[in-house]
Amino acid sequence: MSTLTDPEVISLREITKAFPGVVANDRISLDIVSGQVHCLLGENGAGKSTLISILAGLQQPDSGSISINGVEAAITSPRASVDYGIGVVHQHSTLVPAFTVLENLMLGESGVMQEKKRAKERLDELSELLGAELDPQALASDLGLGQQQQVEIAKAIWKGSRLLILDEPTSMLTPQAIEHLSESVERVKAQGLAVVFITHKLREAYSMGDCVTVLRSGRNVGHISVEELASFDEHEAQESILRAMFGEDINSVGDDAAELAGATEAVRETRSIDLSSRPVRLELDAVSSRGLGRDVDVDGISVKVHEGEILGIAGIDGHGQGALAEVVAGQRPASAGSLRFDGEDVTKLGVRGRQHLGVRYVTDDRLHEGTVGSMSVALNLVIKRIGERPFWRFGQIQRKVVDAEALRLIGEYGIRTPSPATRAGTLSGGNIQKILLARELTDGARLVVVNKPTYGLDLKTVHLVREILIEFAANGGSVILLSSDLDELVELSHRIEIMSGGKIVGSVVNDKPGTAEKVGHFMTGAIEGAQ
Amino acid sequence: MSDLLSAAFVTVFIASVIAQAMPLVLASVGETIGEQAGVLNLGIEGVMLIGAYSGFIVTLTTGNFWLGMLAGAVGGIVANLAMLVLNVWLGLNQIVIGLAITLVGEGITSVLYLQNNAKSVTSLGTAPELSVPFLSDIPVIGPAIFEQSAIFWIALVLVVIAGLFLAKTNWGLSTRSAGQKPSSLDAAGGSVIQIRSIAVILGGAFVGLGGAYLAAITTSTFTPFITNGLGFIAIVITMLSRGRILVVVITSFVYGFAVAIGPALQVLGYNVPADVIRMIPFIVVILTLIIFARSSVVPPALGTPYSRGAR
Repeated sequence: MSTLTDPEVISLREITKAFPGVVANDRISLDIVSGQVHCLLGENGAGKSTLISILAGLQQPDSGSISINGVEAAITSPRASVDYGIGVVHQHSTLVPAFTVLENLMLGESGVMQEKKRAKERLDELSELLGAELDPQALASDLGLGQQQQVEIAKAIWKGSRLLILDEPTSMLTPQAIEHLSESVERVKAQGLAVVFITHKLREAYSMGDCVTVLRSGRNVGHISVEELASFDEHEAQESILRAMFGEDINSVGDDAAELAGATEAVRETRSIDLSSRPVRLELDAVSSRGLGRDVDVDGISVKVHEGEILGIAGIDGHGQGALAEVVAGQRPASAGSLRFDGEDVTKLGVRGRQHLGVRYVTDDRLHEGTVGSMSVALNLVIKRIGERPFWRFGQIQRKVVDAEALRLIGEYGIRTPSPATRAGTLSGGNIQKILLARELTDGARLVVVNKPTYGLDLKTVHLVREILIEFAANGGSVILLSSDLDELVELSHRIEIMSGGKIVGSVVNDKPGTAEKVGHFMTGAIEGAQ
Repeated sequence: MSDLLSAAFVTVFIASVIAQAMPLVLASVGETIGEQAGVLNLGIEGVMLIGAYSGFIVTLTTGNFWLGMLAGAVGGIVANLAMLVLNVWLGLNQIVIGLAITLVGEGITSVLYLQNNAKSVTSLGTAPELSVPFLSDIPVIGPAIFEQSAIFWIALVLVVIAGLFLAKTNWGLSTRSAGQKPSSLDAAGGSVIQIRSIAVILGGAFVGLGGAYLAAITTSTFTPFITNGLGFIAIVITMLSRGRILVVVITSFVYGFAVAIGPALQVLGYNVPADVIRMIPFIVVILTLIIFARSSVVPPALGTPYSRGAR
């Protein structure tokens, strides 16, 4: 490990990596200096993850070189990357859920026997360094996300690293856990390690980073050096990063650019409504479900959604959100309790019956549950109305009517497809999401359940999807928005219910600043309570 | 009636349970090693048959049971090489390859047997027995358990070692992670291909050994389709045991009990039709499945070939 007096430099030069149809990294050069936090900013698809894969040895660059203090480093495999002292905390957890913390940390050790005693000592050392308390015998799947991340960091610097890479570490954390994370990063930095911090949120880059590099479409489009960033005030820094992030697109996104880039605290953008004056659209009364799978089911949930209201459901992934969405849509039967839609009991009604009443569901599994990739865009747009007039008559599909409807929806929702006959699977994630929204929100929709509607989409589509939902609500529709993105919930929801372990553990009316903290408080409380 | 429940009868019964259970123990442990690493081998029936025939033919020609067992293990490894190359290395579908191995194993061993050995009834005789001093003097249980062939004891030791390796070594940890979440192993600098290759080879050795045990020790002969679905029962046991070797051993002995109870009932004078007797083990398996199948948890990555970067 190097010391602060002798800074080490990891230089990336002209890194290029192309995949079929897209150049993910286009001649990217940057220097990573020990004892500094280097922020990499850019939206989804800007090439951040590819660059990290190359540093982690999971991908090989087509051209370009990496050197450490002037000596060329050939990172040909994950093993080589570890040997060079590069530790990565990937965006998607690499912890094995069925393993204990200690087993996860020992994975990849050489030597015949598992050396539990030595591993425990190392864990104690790292726990102290990170300022975290980690139970070595706890199963990874029982830990909260914040703690899982601490384990991931411990794993990344397990063998004494020189570089710690954090790939979008904050995207699923509560505000409290983010604060804890940034303390840990400071401590790691103070040890003389270099840190690369990847994010798409501007305010995090500004608060945590010593220097910032912005990627767009695979290129390095802007760098703010340590000195510059220190001399800028927050507003100047924001301006220069935003210009680099959006380029000429900044006009098309307009005033929302800063917000989309997470420059500031999220605030509600939806028009406020007086809940008491609105009729209740959907009421769940102590609803439970029982599935056969191993996922968490809903357990005695009571919520009300009013006309024109967007109800946010916050919670860590896998705490019953999927089950709640399916219970409302009718895909999963309620084993107890009742559902009333516009005052009518719909508990016994199936999927199609509820659809006819106007209940719609946009799944988070766009590619598998949401669409049939090998079928045309047009068929995907009418697939939930199979066998119904006017698209089918006497069992015969009416191609002309289907195509006309498809063209209408393609135009209305701006779905970018070569033709209605194109296979849906060939479109981008954003356009597939537009297909889902178009299909669900048309033809008398009164309530829509959306599960993680903007996950993995590019910023412009994120913006569009949110606009669509806001407009739907403004016209009297009701929305149940399930999301693990707190900023999104705060921007769209009138009220936010917090879900944990299949139960509602708290409720926050989103009408003044500080909502995110309150929601985060309930989420952390629920996790701690569970342990 | 009570005369029939004599000491001699109980001794024979216990020995018979052990003889029926051991091939299943070995095969299930082999299948467990593969499944823990994420490779579901539906070809186990064929692998067992190949192991059984190799074990039988080598014992027959050399007269040496130890060489026979070794040949069984080697036969199992060779049969599993198809799984290794086609699935682990080339990423083809495990179910298709597995069924193919089963069909090939059944076909090859039947043809070879009918071609070479069908003309005369061949019995291998019994393997030399090892009398454990003092313990074999215990009444009833002593002769049943402690006068087995030394092969039984070595097989038991191998099973214990396999269990310890899976639980206590870094290799075991890597193997389990290859079945749970191969991308984690990859990111940690391990090689999924290497770990799965080792697991398939080792698994093949155990399954082949199980087949050889069945031919050379349990039945002292070989007949086509001698396994009679034992491989598939091993798959069931593996899935219910969730990688715990002790559970594998216990459930295998329940099966051994179910097989041995039939002839015992006949000896005791109950007039049970032979067809019913042959059904008993399978009925036990079906009942076990109905009761416990809900708790069967397979490794999440089971059956999925690993390729880096694919999510």
